[in-house]
Amino acid sequence: MSLDTLFTDNERELFEYSMLKRHRLEEQFENLEQQTHAASTAMWVFLATEVMFFGTLFVTLAIYRLLYGEAFEHASSRMNWIIGGTNTIVLLISSCTIVLALHFTRLGQNRKAAWLLATTAALGLLFLVLKGTEYYGDWRENLLPGWKFDAHEWTRGGLSEDQVPHVKLFLVFYWVMTAFHGLHVTGGIVAVGIIAVLAARGHFSPAYYSPVDVVALYWHFVDVVWIFLLPMLYLSGTHTLGGS
Amino acid sequence: MSTAVLEPQPMPIPQTPARSTYLNVAHGTLSWLLTKDHKRIALMFLAAVTVMFFIGGFAITIVRLNLMDPEGGLVEADTYNRLFTLHGVVMVWFFLVPVVPSVLGNFFLPMMIGAKDLAMPRLNLLSFYLYMIGAAWTLYAMLAGGVDTGWTFYTPYSTHSSHYNVVPTMIGIVIAGFSSMFTGLNFVVTVHWMRAPGLTWFRLPIFVWTLYATSLILLLATPVLAMALLLAVIERLWQIGIFDPALGGDALLFQHLFWFYSHPAVYVMILPGMGVVSEIIPCFARKKLFGYTFVCYSSFGIAALGFLVWAHHMFVAGISAYAALIFSSLSFLVAVPSAIKVFNWTATLYKGSVAFETPMLFSLGFVALFTAGGLTGLFLACLGFDMHVHDTYFVIAHFHFIMVGGMVMAYMGGLHYWWPKITGRMYSQFWSRLCAIILFVGFFFTFLPQFIVGYNGMPRRYHRYVPEFQVWNVMSTAGASILGVGYVLPLVYLPLGFKYGKLAGPNPWRATGLEWQTPSPPPKDNFEQTPVVLRDPYLYHLDKAQNEP
Amino acid sequence: MAEPMVSVRTYLIVLAALIVLTIATVAISFVPLEGAWHIGAGVGIAIVKAGLVGLFFMHLIHSPNLIRLCVLVAFMWLGILGVLSFSDYLTRGEFFSMPGH
Repeated sequence: MSLDTLFTDNERELFEYSMLKRHRLEEQFENLEQQTHAASTAMWVFLATEVMFFGTLFVTLAIYRLLYGEAFEHASSRMNWIIGGTNTIVLLISSCTIVLALHFTRLGQNRKAAWLLATTAALGLLFLVLKGTEYYGDWRENLLPGWKFDAHEWTRGGLSEDQVPHVKLFLVFYWVMTAFHGLHVTGGIVAVGIIAVLAARGHFSPAYYSPVDVVALYWHFVDVVWIFLLPMLYLSGTHTLGGS
Repeated sequence: MSTAVLEPQPMPIPQTPARSTYLNVAHGTLSWLLTKDHKRIALMFLAAVTVMFFIGGFAITIVRLNLMDPEGGLVEADTYNRLFTLHGVVMVWFFLVPVVPSVLGNFFLPMMIGAKDLAMPRLNLLSFYLYMIGAAWTLYAMLAGGVDTGWTFYTPYSTHSSHYNVVPTMIGIVIAGFSSMFTGLNFVVTVHWMRAPGLTWFRLPIFVWTLYATSLILLLATPVLAMALLLAVIERLWQIGIFDPALGGDALLFQHLFWFYSHPAVYVMILPGMGVVSEIIPCFARKKLFGYTFVCYSSFGIAALGFLVWAHHMFVAGISAYAALIFSSLSFLVAVPSAIKVFNWTATLYKGSVAFETPMLFSLGFVALFTAGGLTGLFLACLGFDMHVHDTYFVIAHFHFIMVGGMVMAYMGGLHYWWPKITGRMYSQFWSRLCAIILFVGFFFTFLPQFIVGYNGMPRRYHRYVPEFQVWNVMSTAGASILGVGYVLPLVYLPLGFKYGKLAGPNPWRATGLEWQTPSPPPKDNFEQTPVVLRDPYLYHLDKAQNEP
Repeated sequence: MAEPMVSVRTYLIVLAALIVLTIATVAISFVPLEGAWHIGAGVGIAIVKAGLVGLFFMHLIHSPNLIRLCVLVAFMWLGILGVLSFSDYLTRGEFFSMPGH
């Protein structure tokens, strides 16, 4: 059921015109269509920069994995794949809720959209809570090199003394990558929250939904980063050691 | 009817309201600080980068004074290290990277494509404030103790050994990096969506092409630098990190990440300058730019190939010989698109009707010095040769030929070319030409000796050297003082021109390009009506005035 | 600006597929595979998942070519960083080193 079949040409024109009057066309643009295209292009280009930003960490992780495969596998097997996996599903669902929110905004159903956006933000918060719990668990299990770390655990587990520093290296990646990701999630929750409030106030319409589109793209990106973090941090070692 | 004679009243003098321009449309400090107008933002950037230029220049003045004596002694070794670091950090990130994009690009990109402003004016203002915050932060770090690592921050010295303000400096650079990234983002979106009707890609001025290519580099490279610096910050703050050899980390990995940005960054610095020169040469040779399409593609070629050569900065650092061979070959390749441009500029000059106005003088200086500097880059791409001259003054001379002889000259050319459009008035032709000549002469004496001492083995970043090199060092310092005079001159005659110069009119140079089809200074929205473009750029050969007897 | 609308059903099917693939990734990690294949399988499935999110949730399937080019370029450039860095790390200590090392 699309907008195209619901209204006549005339009605659609009047509808869009009335929507336009409510929403400020920025003065540097000639029309709303140009503005929408510009906003979407801007977010995609920004996401390209984020690919390079996070990508640097993935590339360096891959380099060290090449050099220190065994130690990295041991370290990875101690990661909490249950929370990691659950968090993956939480984010995937939140990606779905936000794209549905965009869908309903484009259909003019702002209440549904607002609820879906609020749900997305809530799922994001759930992600952070689970992550926090996981961090606490990691701390309890001496997985915080520099603060709480026990070299003997690892030598008892089958690694040589030379390899223990490499375990620390893996753990640095774990903390740094998940922390940067968590910061991005936090920023995303704020953005989604703001858009949810605006949607509830009827700020968007089938003619003007750019901000929802743009925030949703960002949120999906944050999800995609986590999709790659899961196997590279949590699942690259389980197999040899039968899971944690 | 009264017969009284009415006293003749004096005719009221008709008051023409002053034409509204971007300068007088609103008054007051806040109207500048909170402006969304790309032209005002450009001028604020101009003020800021000029200040940073002189700060970086001041630091190196002390270094050069110290280098007059082989024993050094003007400043201690430690201070010397902090001075050349300050010079490098300020000049690279706070002058060379932003100067043409954020000043000339901000002002003229929208005008050249017939738009009212950039696509995201508020983001543009944010870019300015991020630059200011980064600059203030970094300057504070530099002045409250400084940094002694060199602008390259190599680990593990920067992460474990240096006792100075490494972390705040790195953070200041990351903040400034966001500024340039957002400028790049703005430019890309603007060029895609804000072009005037009829303005297809191959009708765009070369300056727009080069700004677009520069923006692509900024967008793809800066995030990697940000991550590299943040990782170094983490390692320094918590003494644990991925570059730490104690953990099995590779200190060289920092260099890979750092140079992945910093090599393309040098193309960020030079490409806009090439764009400026591509506008000036056709205008003052009264000839269409030769090989326009080749110049367009070569801009993208430089941007793309520039990403494939970074480890030529690491030939002697410990990378594998295979990698060195690969990077050496790729480094030869990247000279090709630059050479294409040089051929095209030269071919444009050939049989042109050359007018030696100031912008042209600067552009000719650019072509000569950039070519010389670029050729020495090929020397450095040779592994065998690089072994010998790495970390000597040969390298310093190479990049200063390109950055000072090339980039700064191009910037000066652009500033002089577009100053009448920005201000509405001309400047002293005598003093500006004199400035160009002084800079060219000063440049020669400053940097040519550095090739000589470098080839003969004088290392860079040392505060003392063997006595045999003294005569060249003194010559270099003398040249630097001449350069200093040349750089100060425009600080006088350009503002004087702004106040007292002859009115320029919309197109004092009889140039093509949309920015010349609107009054000087331009109105706030740039054009009275959105222009429609039906012709190719650089149609100087159709200029009737020059065809008249 | 009519990007064609994707149906709710499609979104939900994609979500279901994503969840199934997530479970599969975790399950596969318990299978004892040779080192590189192990991580390769995990990353391979991740690429498929990312592709689904990109194509359907981020609407790349309907996007203009400019946007698709943007995505392609981003990953290509990351590839440049990876491939050329690996050209160093894979060949260190092989056959001969640079003078002095």
